[in-house]
Amino acid sequence: MTAIATAATAGASARRSKRRSMSRERRWALRWSYFFLTLFAMFFLLPPVYMLITSLKTSAEISAATNPWWVYNPTLANYAELLSSSQFLTYFRNSAVVSTVVVAVTMLISVPAAFALSRMRFWGSATLATGVFLTYLIPETLLFIPLFKMFAVFGDATGIQLINRWWVLLLVYPTLTVPFCTWVMIGYFASIPRELDEAALIDGANYRQVLTRVFIPVALPGLIAATIFAFTVSWAQFLYPLAFTTSTDQLVLPVGIITSLIKGDVFNWGQIMTGALLGAAPPLLIYAFLMDYYIAGLTAGATKG
Amino acid sequence: MADAVIGQVTDRATARPRRFGLRSAMRRKSMTAFLMTSPLILLIALLVVYPALYSVNLATLNRSMEHFVGFGNFLFLFNRETFWMVVRQSCIFALTAVLFKAIFGFVVAHFVHNIPAKGQRKWRGMLLVPWVIPPAMSCLAWLWLFDPSYSAFNWVFEKFGIGPIPWTGDAMWARFSVILVNVWIGAPFFMIMYLAALKSVPEQLYEAAAVDGANFLQRTWYVTLPMMRNIIAITALFSLIVTFANFDIVRILTAGGPIDLTHVFATWAFRVGIEVGDIPLGASVSLFMVPILTVAAIFILRDINRRGNEA
Repeated sequence: MTAIATAATAGASARRSKRRSMSRERRWALRWSYFFLTLFAMFFLLPPVYMLITSLKTSAEISAATNPWWVYNPTLANYAELLSSSQFLTYFRNSAVVSTVVVAVTMLISVPAAFALSRMRFWGSATLATGVFLTYLIPETLLFIPLFKMFAVFGDATGIQLINRWWVLLLVYPTLTVPFCTWVMIGYFASIPRELDEAALIDGANYRQVLTRVFIPVALPGLIAATIFAFTVSWAQFLYPLAFTTSTDQLVLPVGIITSLIKGDVFNWGQIMTGALLGAAPPLLIYAFLMDYYIAGLTAGATKG
Repeated sequence: MADAVIGQVTDRATARPRRFGLRSAMRRKSMTAFLMTSPLILLIALLVVYPALYSVNLATLNRSMEHFVGFGNFLFLFNRETFWMVVRQSCIFALTAVLFKAIFGFVVAHFVHNIPAKGQRKWRGMLLVPWVIPPAMSCLAWLWLFDPSYSAFNWVFEKFGIGPIPWTGDAMWARFSVILVNVWIGAPFFMIMYLAALKSVPEQLYEAAAVDGANFLQRTWYVTLPMMRNIIAITALFSLIVTFANFDIVRILTAGGPIDLTHVFATWAFRVGIEVGDIPLGASVSLFMVPILTVAAIFILRDINRRGNEA
């Protein structure tokens, strides 16, 4: 009996020590995780932080041979100068108008289309759904040259000048936002139980009412995610405005900062970084407040549908 | 999947015994559906499909776009050394960048998954910032970090006795720099996708593996990777398309230089087509992106259809 007892205690202590070693192992794994996460976060946040550091410096301090990672005489002069420059405000206004209108147009096109594609069968509807997805995979770098030529030909034929007008972007940005938003909304709409719209139809609702009273409220998170996507894509787009617009009063923010703040070989880095930070601010603010929707939209493209 | 859903709806609708007006109701419904999708169809037809076909047409014209030259532009490109350099650089750029994005994303996702759930949100939020900033804006910050005379990186390296690195001046370093920036922008996206996939792996599988005595590497190799295979494949393919067609990073950081050594298809097409003004040649250059994009798209589509059938 003593033998059994000792064996039992030995077993228990062995088990306890094993458990202790397991928890020690886990604690170390946790420490290493935090250590590496800190390293990665430093790497990922370094450029935006450096933007902020530079934006607070005077030109004299930037060109002095001091520690670039520290601000000795912080100043808001760059912000004041940029926010009072009519040129910068024009860029900001162009960007804001273009992005807002594109978001509205995108939603007006893609929500009804997604509803029809997920709930009503018609000739070619399955092909169209696949086609929408394929369109999303076509990069803008494939289309900017034919579009440029198309707009030039259109201008010659009708006398309506499209090249070098900011509102030409209202035509081309939806090609980037609509396919993705439609695809995501098809996924969200397909996940709504059919009993819901059948009940509404039996109660005498028509399709428009089913869409506005049932589908849009139920799929609101998806709608918000799609809206955020449309906004950030149109805000960040660089190639189309660079190819289609050239005069300073027609530029949007990303292109405006790059082409007008860099004058010849003179780089005014304090102002460039300030402009870049202000240009990055709207998407960052949206992300900060609506992070969950943002991430839902990000993962929905590949995991839903 | 959408097709199956639609099919069931109509089956039920037609199964309902209704003698009058069924056909007209059906016609009305498909008319409504057509009206609802017509703006979408119009947009895709006019501003995506038509330009895509037009670009093929443009590629067969001479520089002044007056007469047909057949494959002349393509033959001209084949004889140019710059073209083959662009092909090589595009492939190196896309493959290396996607590979490192995938590795970084996988590793970071694991670390985030490791820590207690209540801290994960905060870390995830911080680590996604590079993806949220418009690429053109963050590339400016990188350009300033890589500045030949004021590089903040070189200032740090100088303290360790490492000579000034020509981040964008030397061909090899410039190639490294554009890949580094691409990885910086893209890795957070992989991280988010993998994190979502990691959360969907049932905990019991890990417990069973641990009971069987599997160590960390074996658990990763035999449990995590097979469970995440789909997400890994589709994320990598998406990223391959976007990276291969990338424009912003190379354009802003090096503008193709030094001496055209870092051009990728998109930036070279822009240079030739818009800046030099040879639209047909530019269109031909960008058309060379089509084969690899098609292959990636076919794989993605197959994957999505397969998962649609499983669901």
